[in-house]
This record gives sequence, structure tokens and C-alpha cells, in this order.
Amino acid sequence: MSHLGLDFWRILGLSVQVSGLAVGLSACVGIPAGAWLGLSQSRVRPVLRAAVYTGMALPPVVVGLLLYLLLSRSGPLASWGWLFTPRAMILAQFVLALPFVVGITMTAVAAVPRELGLQLRGLGASETQVRWTILREARTGVLLAVAAALGRSLSEVGAVLIVGGNIAGHTRVLTTAIVLETGKGEFAFALTLGAALLGLALLVNVLILRLDAVRGRHD
Amino acid sequence: MTDDGFLDLQQLSKSHGAAFTLTISELTIARGEVLALIGPTGAGKSTLLRLLAGLDNPSSGHIRFDGNPFIGDRLTTTTRHRIATVFQRPLLLSRSVQANVEYPLQLRGTSGSQADRVRKLLERFDLWKLRDQAAGTLSGGQTHLVALARALVVEPDLLLLDEPTANLDPGNVALVEEVVRDLQQARGMTIVWATHNLFQARRVADRVALLLEGRLVEVGATEKIFETPADPRTADFVQGRTIY
Repeated sequence: MSHLGLDFWRILGLSVQVSGLAVGLSACVGIPAGAWLGLSQSRVRPVLRAAVYTGMALPPVVVGLLLYLLLSRSGPLASWGWLFTPRAMILAQFVLALPFVVGITMTAVAAVPRELGLQLRGLGASETQVRWTILREARTGVLLAVAAALGRSLSEVGAVLIVGGNIAGHTRVLTTAIVLETGKGEFAFALTLGAALLGLALLVNVLILRLDAVRGRHD
Repeated sequence: MTDDGFLDLQQLSKSHGAAFTLTISELTIARGEVLALIGPTGAGKSTLLRLLAGLDNPSSGHIRFDGNPFIGDRLTTTTRHRIATVFQRPLLLSRSVQANVEYPLQLRGTSGSQADRVRKLLERFDLWKLRDQAAGTLSGGQTHLVALARALVVEPDLLLLDEPTANLDPGNVALVEEVVRDLQQARGMTIVWATHNLFQARRVADRVALLLEGRLVEVGATEKIFETPADPRTADFVQGRTIY
């Protein structure tokens, strides 16, 4: 395999690893949080909703800068030793993806009729069973939340460039590699990486849609 | 409390703001009886059903269920699983017809062992051929039938019905009454059936209770309520003279 070929597969593999872990973690935290916010009658809910929607508009470079300051040698999290490692990139993408998962899940859960919970209790459901059933009712929206978070992660360049450093063979992912190759005038390789990025996004979204369709059939 | 009181309501009241209060000083419902709740819209029938389902707590007074205190937000799993409610505007899950009917069995962890019961109910309601169809594609009448099947499948000790046949054609109304009556007789279910339909109340109920403006006006044997009511307001209502 050529040098470029080896680079390509390494970059693609790291992109999948970083974005996959970031979205997986944001789903683990964001889906329960979004479900809680969607069902909550708490007085702080409007404030939290506003915070989540603001989080969806977070500029990646600002997130990257803040994380850089936290993780740098003089920052409070310097002892972690994460700066210019894939861990820092996962953290950055987690921060950027989380508001998408929370916000879209919250909207999907809130769109399920309130009366449904009462009717489920009327059939003998416990509070936990009611919440789980409502979350399942909102599953298409929850899958959309994961897909949106994945789109955000895969296409993100600013934050991972700052906290990852675009180090060849270590923290170089598809987006940062495209920036570099474009700057070098290696347009053919940049376009190949771009096509891989698009293909990856398409593949994951097709898988998510298939999962939704299969779950719908089994229900 | 009477010896055969399956449900006993004492000094019960439920307020919805200043505009409406349901007040029932005393009502006993015997085990295995069918009690029809009649009264105009806004009389308090649905409010009473929600209290009996444990979905709401009374503002004052108390309910005893099978001899035990019954407090909506403190029901044990066992008690909760003995009750099923059919709502006036039922909402189905975005699953197949069969999955909707199986849902209450899943809540009780018995869906695997009761597949036959699901099939029999779907067949009786002529829904078996639609079992794989998405519930969201059903007509209003079919939705009501699925909601009924979903409540009946657990063969509850207490079945609460809030206008379960409001959207059904006469043929299906007769079918629902027949299926509910058959199951009630076979299983000895206690049923509280809210209905606007006086003819239906007369057909299905052992006793009838009239609610007007949140107050229990009269409760008695079906024939007595319709033929020789004690309260003139009952006579006016069952003879269609009440304007509402």
C-alpha cells in the first residue's frame, strides 16, 4: 500500500474512533438528560432549555480555545496530559455534540402527547415504565438527535485542530487533514478525504435510518 | 363500609380550581358489579374515574379498594396491576395493533404466557387481520376497539370505562357490550362505566349512579333508576327533560 494510502486509512480510522466515541458518550449523557427535560415540569426547565439551545450554537473554535486553556500546561486540567491527544479531541467533540443530543431528544420527548403518560399509568405502568415508553415513542427524534450530533462531530474542524494539533499519525482526522492538504495545494488528496467524509456521514445515517425502520417493524 | 364493598368512597371531594368540585359523601361499589355513571358533560364522571384509577388524589375524603386504603400516588405494583382504564380519547402507541394489545401484559411480565388471550380478543373485535398494521393508521372506531382490547387483555379486577363506545357504530357498540359483559361474567370483574348513552346504561349496568354538577344525585338498581327514581332530578334526566 502507498504512503498516501496508509495515511488515508489511518486518518479515516482516527476520525471514526474520535467521532464515534464522542457521539457515543454524548448519547449516553444526552439522551437521559433530554428525556428528563422533555418530561420535566420543573420551573428551571425554560432556563435549561435556553442553555441547551445556546449550546447548539456554540462556535467550535471558542470551545477549542476554552478547552485548550483548561488543558494547557498552565491550565487547571494540565495534570490530565490530554492536550494534543485524541482524548482532548473526543472531549471537544463531546462538548459540541452534547447540546444537539439533549436539545433534539428534549423536543422529541416533549412532542409526545402529555395525556399518553396518564393513559399508560391507567394500564398499570409504573413511573419508570411510563418514561421508558415515552422515550421509545420519541425514538425517531432520538435517532435524529444522534445523527445530528454525528454530523456535527464529523464535520467539525476548529476545536479538534486547536486541542489536537493535527499531528500526523497521532491526531490528524479527516477535517484537519483536508485543511492541511488544501493549504499544500494537494487538492486531489483533499478531495479524496472530503469524499470519504461524505461517504462516512452517509453510511452512518443510512444505518440509523435502517435501525429506525427495523425497530418500527418489530414493534 | 359494607361487607361486599370492593370500592368504598367516603366524604370524597376533588376540586379543579374554584370552578368545579366533585363531592361524593358515600358510595360503595360491590365486587363484580357493573355500575354505570351517567350525567351530562362536566358532571364529574371522568374526574371520578381518575380518582378510582389512582391517577389523581382526592382533595379530601378517602377511598378503600378491596378493604385497603387507596392513595393514587402510593399504589403498590400489585394494586396498580389489578386496574385498567379505557379513556374517552384513547391514545395508542406507535407500534402495531398486536403490540399495543400486548403492552399491558409486558408491563406485568406476562406477555409470553398470554399470547392466546391476545389472539382471542383481537379475533373477537375483528382486529386479528389488522394485527401487524401500525396503530396510527387505524380509524377512530378501530382505535377505540384496540384500546378496549388493551385494557381487557389483563382481565383486571377493576375495569374503568370512560365513554368507551362514543366513536363506534351501533354494530360495534353491541359487540363491545357483549365482549365486556362476557368477560365480566367469566372473571367477576368490577366495572365502572361512564356513559352519555342512557340506553347503554340500562343494557349493561347492575346499578346506575347519576352525577349532576359534581354531586352524586342518586344511585340505585338500574330498573329503579329508570322506572321509579327517588329524586325528581333523576326522573328529569332519565326521561330527557334535563337541559344541559
